[in-house]
Amino acid sequence: MKARTTIPLLALSIAAACVATPAAAQAQSGNSNWVAPRTPEGQPDLQGNWTNATVTPFERPSGVGPVMSAEEVAAIREAAETRAQSLTRPSDPNRPAPPVGGDGSTGAAGGVGGYDGIYIDRGDAVAVVRGEARTSLVTFPADGRVPATTEASRAERLEYGRSSRAGGAYDHPENRPLGERCIMSFGSNAGPPMLPNGFYNNNYTIVQTADHVVIMTEMIHDTRIIRIGDGPRLPPDVRPWMGDSWGRWEGDTLVVETTNLHPMQRFRSNSSDNLKVIERFTREDEDTIVYHFTIDDPSVYAEPWGGEVPLESMGNELIYEYACHEGNYALSNILSGARYQERQAAQNQSEPR
Amino acid sequence: MRQKLLTPSGRAARRVAMGALVAGLLAPVGASAQAGEIPRNASGRPDLNGLWQALGNAHWDIEPHAARAALQMREGPVVPVPAAEVLALGAVGSVPWYWGIVEGGEIPYLPEALAIRDENRVNYLDRDPEIRCYLPGVPRATYMPFPFQIFQSESKFFITYEYAGAVRDVYLTDPGPPEVDSWMGQSVGSWEGDTFVVRVSGFNGQAWFDRAGNHHSYQMTVEERYTLMGPNHLQYEARIEDPQTFSRPWTIRLPLYRHVDPNARLGQFKCVEFVEELMYGHLRRVPIGSEEPR
Repeated sequence: MKARTTIPLLALSIAAACVATPAAAQAQSGNSNWVAPRTPEGQPDLQGNWTNATVTPFERPSGVGPVMSAEEVAAIREAAETRAQSLTRPSDPNRPAPPVGGDGSTGAAGGVGGYDGIYIDRGDAVAVVRGEARTSLVTFPADGRVPATTEASRAERLEYGRSSRAGGAYDHPENRPLGERCIMSFGSNAGPPMLPNGFYNNNYTIVQTADHVVIMTEMIHDTRIIRIGDGPRLPPDVRPWMGDSWGRWEGDTLVVETTNLHPMQRFRSNSSDNLKVIERFTREDEDTIVYHFTIDDPSVYAEPWGGEVPLESMGNELIYEYACHEGNYALSNILSGARYQERQAAQNQSEPR
Repeated sequence: MRQKLLTPSGRAARRVAMGALVAGLLAPVGASAQAGEIPRNASGRPDLNGLWQALGNAHWDIEPHAARAALQMREGPVVPVPAAEVLALGAVGSVPWYWGIVEGGEIPYLPEALAIRDENRVNYLDRDPEIRCYLPGVPRATYMPFPFQIFQSESKFFITYEYAGAVRDVYLTDPGPPEVDSWMGQSVGSWEGDTFVVRVSGFNGQAWFDRAGNHHSYQMTVEERYTLMGPNHLQYEARIEDPQTFSRPWTIRLPLYRHVDPNARLGQFKCVEFVEELMYGHLRRVPIGSEEPR
């Protein structure tokens, strides 16, 4: 939840210093004397609570280089602070109801206001990886942008949309997004790939034993159990949410390959049953795991692509129970609101003008 | 194979096999696995890692009970009969008997709380949180008819339950009183000899103990004790305290069994999507089975 407004000042100042002297970046990116803590099995210890909340966009804006200058980082930091201050102002208890038709506000609550700064916590840190303050989370291809999808996959996606969505967007609960139904978080939060959702609760707990790595996503308390080693993969027709994940250690990096993703868990609304996600977890320093992901889906993208997201330590901060479905008044309200509008429309039609 | 065993030579072969099995149990190698030897981790603690599940019928009703025709009944001309909503399930919808897991047999309810339990039974379909795929709470998560997996490392003790994807991060360092109430509560664990003791508090009071309407309030605290009895058996005990609901603390106790099938793995039972028709079906543009739009 919110209340994590700590800005990794150290990381930002290091980033600023490194941008000026790229050669020194590697050496200064962490404590050069730092040695990753080890599990009894001798692997780097990835355990703890981590967050990937960041203001760095997924894709790189056009005309921008891959790395930010110290000035740009400082400006973003200032803007984030200002925004945080304005968002966390106490609400006006005497505020009247919004006018009919909405107050013009935009965002998730659309038109009538809603989530304020107490709830929204999209992050205020620039993504710093190996001393570089990044302008995008996507790092390959080199332009930092998601490559175009194949024409065949777009046609298939349209057809899938047509066949799976009977009627209008509000006709059935199944037509609502997975996040609204409390089935999965929005924005590929649990993944794979695990990405910040741009809204709140971008928090994870990692637990590691000799033969498993478990990643719990705060959103929907989704837990991915990654088995280390080799064994029988799930048959092609068994496709759980978050898929079938297997891990192995390559030196000090945990490499995880996931297949068999659920047919409704479509990454960026367009991934195929052949999607394979490859993730690499590497501890960079006491407070950072570098998370590297590759999207390998030859029927949708001509080439694999991906990026890097820093997972920052949350220290001793806790993760709370996100009992979404148990308190989901929204879905019934959304559907009954649509039914109300239909009744109103029918009434207006039957009444003489 | 079964057919073959029924031939005289098959029977003989089976006798030989049985003899070998008995001999195996008596031999020292067989004995060592039986003698309460338990797996331990690098620091010598019992190693509880693995996939566990309760056997038996505690999830229907934790108190000793006879079999009954359905979870929800209505008056019949001679004896009570299954309620109309569950009638179609026939024998599948009936409740099997069980010897129970409550020490002393009976839950020591305060009179008003007992009355609520009885109302819960009458209104079972409207009230059991499991019907709507809500989080199971503690201790119910332990003996749901689904496995759960313990992940125990030097610094973490984490439990994931197949039912509803429930999870518990059992803190090994006490973070202080729970900051918020929750379905699964806040768990703090520590070792007392070879027993892992988990103190759970901060419940929201909405979870039940079973499908028989047994309930508690947000004031409940649970002290769980996990003790390995051998490589594949885990004794589970939970002491329940809730002065708003019970006249005294009481205890449940049951063994948990390790899944030894090498193919066994924790599955996924994300039942949220399975209950959408129940919870939201009446809000479809045209509810299934109705002819006119609402």
